[in-house]
Amino acid sequence: MRSRTMPKPSWNLEFLMWVFTRVSGLSLILLAVIGISLGLLMGARSQMDLGTFMRWAFFPNPSHVLDSEIPDIYLWSNGFWQIMEILVVVFAATHGFNGLRVVLEDYTSPGFWQGLLRFLIFLLWIFSALVGIYVILGS
Amino acid sequence: MALSRKVGLLAGAKYQGGGPMLAWALHRISGLAIIVFVTLHVMASFLTQQLGSDLGISINILYESIYFQLFIVFCAIFHGVNGLRIIVLDVWPRLIRYQKESTWLEWFVVLPLYALTAFIMIRRFLAG
Repeated sequence: MRSRTMPKPSWNLEFLMWVFTRVSGLSLILLAVIGISLGLLMGARSQMDLGTFMRWAFFPNPSHVLDSEIPDIYLWSNGFWQIMEILVVVFAATHGFNGLRVVLEDYTSPGFWQGLLRFLIFLLWIFSALVGIYVILGS
Repeated sequence: MALSRKVGLLAGAKYQGGGPMLAWALHRISGLAIIVFVTLHVMASFLTQQLGSDLGISINILYESIYFQLFIVFCAIFHGVNGLRIIVLDVWPRLIRYQKESTWLEWFVVLPLYALTAFIMIRRFLAG
């Protein structure tokens, strides 16, 4: 039995998204680690319970920690955290909707309907990322 | 896709893939669940924050349920740890030989992590 020849990686969408999925997945974990570390430095240990803190770790939004005893909300809601949140939203939306595209392409064949589904996923991706950024800048 | 083949759902389910196949299926299911949850959550936040709408609040009630939370936390933990396993196997392709063992190792990480999280969540839920 002859083994399949390895296709040479070319700089197409599939390859770029394959790389992006790995990089963004690692980045999301790293962003959560940064949220946990800086949260502990800002005194999360004595100011909130574990559930509240884990919500903050998943997504460092000030409305996630309103239900706690932090003395100064500004420490938890400044521009640095807004940048972190936008990074999380953009990485998560792109990672997630690209994953949805990969799953759907496994169960459809190229043609009109697959193109339509890809277009719908593209719209959903843009829409949810923009709505997420709007909520971040508004909270 | 690169390989064109027609495999029905039943034939696919009968495939004896073992641990790696279970990890593959759970990775997809948990990923889809996270997409649904995160998208709903973003939309609900927008609706309550910008419009003060009741629809956003009713979506919030849906995922404030402890059962939904236990499910979505499992999805997040499994998807994260399995993603790390995939990255490790991709970066060091020689380890593909130990793919089956890597899924056992993965469960050794996921199960204690999830058990601890679920214990804390359920204890808090029962306390009210």
